[in-house]
Amino acid sequence: MSAPAAAATIARPPEAARGVLAWLQQNLFASPLNTLLTLASLYLLYIMAPPLLDWGIFGASWLGSSSSDCPNRETACWVFVRARFSNIVYGSYPIAERWRADIVFAVAAAIFGLLVLPRLPGKLWIGLAALVVVPAVSSIFLAGGVFGLRSVETTLWGGLMLTLVVAVWTIVTSIPIGLLLALGRRSSYPLVRALCVAFIELWRGVPLISVLFMAAIMFPLFLPRGVEFDKLLRALVAFSLFNAAYMAEVFRGGLQAIPKGQYEAAQALGLGYWRMTGLVVLPQAIRIVIPGIVNTCIGIFKETTLVLVIGLFDFLATVQTGVSDPAWLIGDHIRVTGYFFVGLGFWVFCFGMSRYSQRLDRQLAAGKAYE
Amino acid sequence: MTSRWIVAAGFACAVLPGLAAAATLDDVKARGALHCGTAPNIPGYAFTDDKGDRRGFDIDLCKAMAAAIFGDANKFKLTPVGPRDAFAALQTAAVDILTHRFTWTYNRDAGSGLNFTRVMFYDGQGFMVRKSLNVKSVNELNGASICVGQGTTTELNIADYFRSHSMKYTIVTFADLDEARRAYDEGRCDSWSNDRGSLAARGLGLKNRDDHVILPETISKEPIAPMVRQGDSQWEDIARWTFDALIAAEELGITSANVDELKAKSENPEIKRLLGVTDDLGQKNGLPASWAYDAIKQVGNYGEIFERHLGPKTRLGMSRGQNALWTNGGMMMAPPFR
Repeated sequence: MSAPAAAATIARPPEAARGVLAWLQQNLFASPLNTLLTLASLYLLYIMAPPLLDWGIFGASWLGSSSSDCPNRETACWVFVRARFSNIVYGSYPIAERWRADIVFAVAAAIFGLLVLPRLPGKLWIGLAALVVVPAVSSIFLAGGVFGLRSVETTLWGGLMLTLVVAVWTIVTSIPIGLLLALGRRSSYPLVRALCVAFIELWRGVPLISVLFMAAIMFPLFLPRGVEFDKLLRALVAFSLFNAAYMAEVFRGGLQAIPKGQYEAAQALGLGYWRMTGLVVLPQAIRIVIPGIVNTCIGIFKETTLVLVIGLFDFLATVQTGVSDPAWLIGDHIRVTGYFFVGLGFWVFCFGMSRYSQRLDRQLAAGKAYE
Repeated sequence: MTSRWIVAAGFACAVLPGLAAAATLDDVKARGALHCGTAPNIPGYAFTDDKGDRRGFDIDLCKAMAAAIFGDANKFKLTPVGPRDAFAALQTAAVDILTHRFTWTYNRDAGSGLNFTRVMFYDGQGFMVRKSLNVKSVNELNGASICVGQGTTTELNIADYFRSHSMKYTIVTFADLDEARRAYDEGRCDSWSNDRGSLAARGLGLKNRDDHVILPETISKEPIAPMVRQGDSQWEDIARWTFDALIAAEELGITSANVDELKAKSENPEIKRLLGVTDDLGQKNGLPASWAYDAIKQVGNYGEIFERHLGPKTRLGMSRGQNALWTNGGMMMAPPFR
């Protein structure tokens, strides 16, 4: 009952502090330096935006299906992206089977939509199930060979589909492995600790490109003749072990930030190690490390382009090989358009992850301490 | 000292079974697919078309091998490998053959445990300059700056040539071949140098191709040949003679279009031998009698492959030049099939 009364006594802000002009003054022209920066930014925008818009939109070639429809070499050739769109999205995945990829895309989008919803009963469990069950089921679904689905070799997978498969698998597997490694590194058992430290330092100490190279080319040498592991699978294992080491260090940072008193209090309540970790330590630690995890995830997403070194054509590589098609060899504007499109694609995904993490941050109110 | 030997022996035990595996053909047959290593993207040689299919001159060589072995040109798997990793991929049996853009050189042949099969493309290093420079010969390029791509024999060839002609030069290197071309286009260098095939292909990306000219001199020999592992001479024979068969087919006038007719009607004894009508040449290499027929029928003869991907009717517009048959003034000649 007291709330409306309190509100009534609060004076309205003076007229000058409201409205568009006030906002402009407070945010853009608050001080001489601020004004200077605003004017400089406006000038930059003035000289950069028109050519960019002209290059990418107004002067660009949009319609048609071949390189002859892009006569203007000074502007973007979206015809190239349109003509090769299915290759950029699916790689060499057989055309007749692409509906399978479409279903996987749709399911992934639906799950992401559910996770973004602010309130949902049992969201945590839905999320966990989706993160474990969906990648596994969709990989089998894409690979085929069971339930009457035609088998599609992973060497034919490519494009954005491959990028997402690698990124999602790596993220989903490296987080739990990393968490276990981080806990192991802080374990009181010397053997566990030593093993975890060795694992983390070994994987962090080598470049990813050499790990992939080992997985793709050296590893088969140590198998008996005739035994073959799928190359994509080898790459996925390499990606997840490598990134698990990074995730472990992110988690360790969070674990170290929990005051000792929290551990002692949990022990005083009679909680064992796993209950103490699961109920007291991790809920606090994970909040702290969300920015770090997302940072690593964004890194993983971009690292997926390295699969080209083992002969798989990801999102970037499909565009690279596209601009080498003699049918499109008419000028640099094809190349520039292709790379611009890839850059845009990567930015959309990475920015999306970043926004999602900020949202998660706010929801968990982890930001409080810093405000 | 002893521990070093133990490590070496362990390594040998782990590695040698892969290397010494004599019967590559058996492995390939058991697997049901030929594994070829090709370049990821080179216009005309190895690229992906709009539908997502891998195409090009190098890919067709792989298909011809698959057709000769299985009677089905589609029983192959491609592993795109960059020049840096290609030798390792072949040495470790990740691929059975490299149909790549590698120049046959002494060091690559003698030191690597790998063998070149036969030259399938004679290339050589050339120079492109702006017409406005009024240069008619490489020998007029004294003091010029030259844009090149990194990591190939290009730089060494320029150094050798310019030094032997006592000319000064500046090399500007780029990690990416297209970047070298772009820098030249933007005026960073007086000239742009690469294999002539590459100049033709990547030159299509120049702002105005008509403002530029490729100088007449070829300063290096670049015989490009597919590679196999050393130590399996049967496999090497299969590769070499399959490629020879493609060239012999052109010599004998056999094309993918008329091969059926010639197989049924031709009285030419060499055609009859090659197509498996009278002799069974394939069996000596563990291949079916129709091996050459299958390769020609499904992929075409050497000339057809050249015209399909590199010839005047393609955007690359290369003439046969040194790659013409020996009867037409070129260097392509197949040993006799008898």
